[in-house]
Amino acid sequence: MPGKTYVQTTINGEQVDFLCEPRQSLLECLRDVIGLTGTKEGCNDGNCGACTVNMDGRVVTACLVLGVEAEGANIETIEGVADGSNLHPLQLAFLENAALQCGICTPGFIVSSKALLEQNPDPTEHEIRFWLANNLCRCTGYDKIVRAVQDAAKRLQEA
Amino acid sequence: MTTIDNESNVVLATNTDFKVVGTRPVRHDGTDKVTGRALYGADYDASGLLHGKILRSPHAHALIKSVNTSKAESLDGVKAVVTASDFPQVADKTVELGEDDTKLEWLRDNILASDKALYGGHAIAGVAAANPHIAEEALKLIEVEYEVLPAVLTTQEAMADNASILHKSLTTQELGEDTGVVSNVASHFQHVKGDVSKGFAEADIVKEREFNTTTVHQGYIEPHNGTAFWSADGRLHVWCSTQGSFVVRDSLADLLDLPVSMVRVTPMEIGGAFGGKIPIYVEPVAALLSKKTGAPVKIVMSRKETFEGSGPTSGSYMKIKIGAKKDGTITAAHAWMAMEAGAYPGSPVGAAAQCVFATYDLENALIDGYDVVVNKPKTAAYRAPGAPNAAFGTEQVINELAEELQMDPIEFRLKNVAVEGTRRPDGPTFRRIGAKEVLEAMRDHPHYQSKKQEGQGRGVAIGFWFNIGFDSACNIAVNSDGTVNLTEGSTDIGGSRTSIAMQAAEVLGIPAEDVRPSVVDTDTVGFTAVTGGSRTTFATGWAAYEAAQDVKQQCLERAASIWDVDVDGLQMEDGVISSTADSELRMTLKELASQLGSSGGGISGSASVNPGGVGGSFAGNIADVSVDSDTGKVTVERFTCVQDAGKAIHPSYVEGQMQGGSVQGIGWALNEEYFMGDDGNMNNSSLLDYRMPTALDLPMIDTVIVEVANPGHPFGVRGVGEANIVPPTPTLANAIYDATGKRMTELPMSPGAILAAE
Repeated sequence: MPGKTYVQTTINGEQVDFLCEPRQSLLECLRDVIGLTGTKEGCNDGNCGACTVNMDGRVVTACLVLGVEAEGANIETIEGVADGSNLHPLQLAFLENAALQCGICTPGFIVSSKALLEQNPDPTEHEIRFWLANNLCRCTGYDKIVRAVQDAAKRLQEA
Repeated sequence: MTTIDNESNVVLATNTDFKVVGTRPVRHDGTDKVTGRALYGADYDASGLLHGKILRSPHAHALIKSVNTSKAESLDGVKAVVTASDFPQVADKTVELGEDDTKLEWLRDNILASDKALYGGHAIAGVAAANPHIAEEALKLIEVEYEVLPAVLTTQEAMADNASILHKSLTTQELGEDTGVVSNVASHFQHVKGDVSKGFAEADIVKEREFNTTTVHQGYIEPHNGTAFWSADGRLHVWCSTQGSFVVRDSLADLLDLPVSMVRVTPMEIGGAFGGKIPIYVEPVAALLSKKTGAPVKIVMSRKETFEGSGPTSGSYMKIKIGAKKDGTITAAHAWMAMEAGAYPGSPVGAAAQCVFATYDLENALIDGYDVVVNKPKTAAYRAPGAPNAAFGTEQVINELAEELQMDPIEFRLKNVAVEGTRRPDGPTFRRIGAKEVLEAMRDHPHYQSKKQEGQGRGVAIGFWFNIGFDSACNIAVNSDGTVNLTEGSTDIGGSRTSIAMQAAEVLGIPAEDVRPSVVDTDTVGFTAVTGGSRTTFATGWAAYEAAQDVKQQCLERAASIWDVDVDGLQMEDGVISSTADSELRMTLKELASQLGSSGGGISGSASVNPGGVGGSFAGNIADVSVDSDTGKVTVERFTCVQDAGKAIHPSYVEGQMQGGSVQGIGWALNEEYFMGDDGNMNNSSLLDYRMPTALDLPMIDTVIVEVANPGHPFGVRGVGEANIVPPTPTLANAIYDATGKRMTELPMSPGAILAAE
């Protein structure tokens, strides 16, 4: 049985320390060790984007990051997107544009879209589609997701 | 009346006399789902939880000579190992599976193979351990001795003389009679209407083509999962992602030889399904492991297991022949369809036969269907199962006829369209349907009226799904603040909590937000059939309507009692109870609710329904494509989906169904397929290699909701989940033909296939 490593991170603004085995992914650590189950597993090989988190300003699929690689990292998950009980404009836009059906991909889309709008506050439809091509949704056909991101961009600019 | 919410999403509303129905409230479970709070099956946790993994066959067809689990059992951290021999041995019988039935023996063997592995990925044994990694290591220590047999992977291979036989006990049912002949053909059935020989003789032109489609997967993002805890009191409790918690309960009771009341199933949030989460896979294995260990056991499939060990939909081989007169009247049609059932009987060919010619009013038709077992996973439902395969054939032959007759393809369809009173070749006579209205909306759409872009091709097609009714139950209780709690048993895959709650709100005259809907476990609500067959908003919505009527009547009676008047003179509208005789007698539901305790106690209503007034739905597409002549790559430039919803309870989620079904159809048409290796195993069981459409592959999907009210539902609902996946494959085939002159008769129409086509 491999020994465990002590990992210190910041998750959603709070210091979070945890023990993990070398073979455990950041996704497994978030879900099964720390208890943050908002980050979802769809494929465990980096192709569906359901486990997208923000790590030191980059969007990554948490299934392709080892837990031990998170040492010293600043991580934001879906649980950290809202400001307390105030939903982020992206979350409101997803709700009001019916941009989710089953909702399993939604955390990944919101984390990913938030990073897009931080870099590019007024993306074109093509730029949104290009950025979100790493997040698979099987329910919506993406139409309402694209509209929600456009709507959120507008809300953020007006704020 | 036309409401245009934005120019891309049009609702052709026929009845706007509603306060809640037809509006677009935020869904009740939305906040939990955009904040990561919603709990899906894999998120379930329990104290002392063990993790299970499943060993799967590396061979597509093999005898299982022996299974030795002793080394796995002795690995540190392993708590139990189970195989097929751990199932109670009960006599074979027929078991209900939600939308169809099967033999218990086949259901059990699909969950853990006993004597034979019938597909690559077939489950052989389960392990429970302290964590999933140990369970995975233990799988490698299980020794299985196989005798590999030749595999058959297509209907053609399986139906050939001297084909390798999957089941020695399976004999062909020929037109309902057991032939006694052992074969991979489980059954051949036929629907006959009129005389096709006479009809073809009357035709001026006849077109006939063969079509092949490959196995595709529903592609839900959440893998199968389930946690089971077999308590010391003998009760089994299961938490899982399923389309039908009662089907899980009843299947588990059958497999484990328990009374249904000893099984409780709690449906967790479900991360997509599309038909694929009607059957059970991991739940019985988790239950057996829990029985052995006394601890809760959770099993979550990997993506590879989800492709190889769940239920994709059928590959198929079809011959479609249609004849018409010069004036455009279709005189006869014949469909010959063989569909892969996977490893056990039960392909969707029966459903395909109900849909293949449903759009057309045919005097003479013949439909032959063959249900064929092959060495692939047992197929499951996938959104209008069988209908997209069938339409891929029919709707291309229809376009070929229109072209030769020099008729507009939509006008040709309208000339032959089925209407109220048309009898389908498989028997039923249509009540009010919207095939004509869908075609007219397509014809009149700005997309169809526009000139197509230079170099692009345009295609159209229409498709049908019959929809189902079945059992649903609903309870509604009035809270003292005037809101109501609504509990129902239909697991919510795409916003159905809200579409059901809205129907109750409409009856009670309160805002949708004042209804608090919950999807509850099998101990807490009456029997409710699967979320499938586009039945949920129709049937569970109907149960909510009935339960709300019950509550409304009780509210009127209570007000009558408080006012000491006759209930007959009272009415309840917009959440206000009033008297027609005395204008002073007036009270809101909120006011009444606050005094329930002091006026005789709480009010709650319930209903269990099995509505018969199912209304089928038609959907049609217009698509423009460009085809790269160097690479064969197809780009969908513009796509419009038109569908008859009957009545759109929540138009945004109806549009969502239409857009999602369209895009699944686009993926099926252009990219998706199981690549089977020479050894019979799937070679592309990852989401990198099984290529589903991304946001970058698609245009916006424009929608038109047509509303031809279903007379069999109080608000006119038809159910919209499925018909929308039927037309995309032929629509794109017709568009590719228009762009290139190439008639594509196999799916997928991938770049290589397009380059290779004549």
